[in-house]
Parts: sequence; C-alpha cells; structure tokens
Amino acid sequence: MEALKQELKEKIINILNLEDVQIEDVNDNDALFGDGLGLDSIDALELIVMMDKDYGIKLADPKEGKAIFQSIETMAKYISENRTK
Amino acid sequence: MKRTYINGTGCVSAQKTMNTAFLEEIIINENDNILELTLPDYKDFIAPAAGRRMAKGVKNGIVASARAMKEAGVENLDAIITGTGMGCSVDSEKFLKALLDNKEEFLTPTSFIQSTHNTVGGQIALGLQCKAYNFTYVNGAVSFESSLIDAKMQIDEGEAATVLVGGVEESADATMNLLQLSGAIKSKSEMPFSILGSETNGAVFSEGAMFFVLEDKKTATTYAELIDVSIYNVLEKDELETKLELFLKHNNFSIQDIDAVILGYNGDTEFDGYYNILSQGVFKEATQVYYKHLSGEFNTASAFGLWVASHIVKLQEVPSVLQVNGITSKHYKNILLYNQYRGQDHSFTLISQC
Repeated sequence: MEALKQELKEKIINILNLEDVQIEDVNDNDALFGDGLGLDSIDALELIVMMDKDYGIKLADPKEGKAIFQSIETMAKYISENRTK
Repeated sequence: MKRTYINGTGCVSAQKTMNTAFLEEIIINENDNILELTLPDYKDFIAPAAGRRMAKGVKNGIVASARAMKEAGVENLDAIITGTGMGCSVDSEKFLKALLDNKEEFLTPTSFIQSTHNTVGGQIALGLQCKAYNFTYVNGAVSFESSLIDAKMQIDEGEAATVLVGGVEESADATMNLLQLSGAIKSKSEMPFSILGSETNGAVFSEGAMFFVLEDKKTATTYAELIDVSIYNVLEKDELETKLELFLKHNNFSIQDIDAVILGYNGDTEFDGYYNILSQGVFKEATQVYYKHLSGEFNTASAFGLWVASHIVKLQEVPSVLQVNGITSKHYKNILLYNQYRGQDHSFTLISQC
C-alpha cells in the first residue's frame, strides 16, 4: 500500500505537470482538489484516464469520483481493491 | 482614416531579446540547424499553477505580449490578433503520439485542449480577462502579416484604438524531423551554416514569439508608424520589382525614399534568389539588412524582422551584425521589409519614422 501511494504521488506530479510540487510535499490525507493540491476538473479527467490506463479501472459512475479522488489515501485504497492490472 | 503606430514590442527569440536594448548580447550560432530559444524567466510573467498546462509557445506568447503591453503602458485592448503557421505543435504532437501509442484509447484532455492554433491568443485573453475581438491567422509564412493587415484595417477604420498583434511559432521534435527529411531544414553535415555565404538548400530553423502594441496615437514609446502591409501568396521572380513598385506607389513612396530594406535571407540557395533580385537590383545602393542568422527561420520569423525594423527606426542605427552590404545611412526614416518562404507567401511591410 505504501509503495502504491508513492507511485500515485509520482504519477500525479508527472501527469499533471505540478512543477513546484515535490513528492514529500504531498501528504496521504491532503485534499487533491480545492484547498489541497488545487486540482481542477481537467485534472479529474486526467486522473480518470490514468486509472483506466494504468490500473484497468473504469469509473462508470462519475459520482464515485468525488470520494475516490479525495486524497492519495482514498485513491490507493480504491485502486488496491479494484485494480485489474 | 487614422494612422497606426507601433508603441510597444516584446520578443522571445533565439537571441537575448528580453530586457536588452537592441541585440547587444547576440550569439551567432553556425553549428546548429535548429537554433534553441533563449528562454525568459516564465515565473516573472505566469503563475506556476496557470502555466503548468502551457507548452513553451503559449508561455512565450504570454511573455512577449506582456512585455509589449508594459512598454506601451496599456492594460486594455480592443483586439488580440495572433499569427501562427504551425500553431501549438508540441501539444499537437503529444496528443497524436498518445493516440498512436495507446491505440486510440486513454486520450487525455489537456494536450488536446492546448493543441489548437488559437491557444496563444486565448490564453493571453484569459490572463488579461480580455473579452475583446480575438482572432488567429494560420496562413503559412504570411500568418503574421495577415494579422498586421487585420489590426491596421481595424485601426484605420476606427473600430479599434489599441491592438495587440503578434507572431508565434514553437518547434516540436517530430515536426522538425519531418522538415529535415523534406530538406526544408539544412542537413547537419553541411555545417557551418552561413546565411549569406550559403551554397546549400534548406534553412536553419528556430522558433519565437514577437508581439506588438499597435495604437491609433503616437506616444512617448512610439517606435514607428506602420504605413502598409501587402501579401502575395504566389509571385514569380520577374514580377517582384513590379509588385514592389506598385506597393510603394500606392503609398506615395518611391524606391529612393527607402532608407533601408530588410530582407528575409535564410540561406536557402533555391529561394534566396528572390532577395538577390532586390539587393542586386533596385536596392543595390541602399542599406540592406538581414536577420534570420539571429532568429532562425519559422513561419512567423518576419515578426522578428519587424522587431528589428522598429528598433532601427527608433535607435537610428543598424548594428554591423545585421548589415548585408556594409552600406549605412545617416538617417533611417523609411524601412521596407520583404519576406518570402520557399518562393511562396511573399510580403511587403513598410514602416516610417514619425
């Protein structure tokens, strides 16, 4: 689980081009959207594609996204329970 | 009819053209067939959060436009007009590569959104919260001149008083590779690359962003008056002097009125003959200027030429590095720019001291 969290932090910084953010700046429970990392709706689309491409998870219900993308912790938990890749 | 004045300029190029007066720190690179850009410090102009999705062409456009607006002392615009031949190539390539790599699956939105040709004009407007006329011309090597014509017509007719107009190009790896394969870019094996002494086809390429604030009034920052711009998509060599004379006559100018001619020589022996017609013909005794050994070739490189012309008029000086024939003039009042790319997309631009 810790390795997955680390991997997610790296992917998010890389895919979303968060130039001024280091891995150690992102805490597991920090909010990804809003006051935390400040991600927006376009970033959400990037994360949905990343989940599908890298972990084989298709998010059919957009409402699920809000809970899944709350933090690195929630993402890692959902991925570890649902991944097909 | 109102007059059009160039009141502010901003230039991001292969040379150090930001925060310098006029080419006092130039580097002539004859060893690379694609000149690297001298990057500005983007953080001085773009917040990191806003800039994280922007490719370099967009960032360069924002920086150059901000510099031009600051110099002209304007905050509100009646129009933003951008010229670009290739558009946002980096994001276009990124999107297409993802399309191929992932077998048309898993397509992400960012590079698609940023890949359109009007991204630069759009992002400038977003940054300024400017909801005025916003147009992007994609007309090959006359993209910038098309933008100038639009801006000038709007000012002439009183529809706009302050217009931001510019030319932007960015180099992207796959596009550059294709241009090398096609012979449009000189082969690496032919270096050193000397523009005037060239014996080979193709050009040395680069990229850049040049923006100008055009206004209907002369101010303390005015460089020159933009008299006229004319474009010809197709022109035979034997038509060139006739078209030039018609252009000058239309503006009540004669060949003798031109103090310096700025030619778009790019070292391509196949097409530089167009420039030779003027430099060895009607302008044989005039000051001749070239600039693509500093800027490199790209679809809107002529905007770098206008940046050079504006500075010559303002500073009344032609640095020796720009001189073709060593002839100088005591006074640079009227300057003519002539540019073409591979025998097509010809343009005349005339500016005058005011």
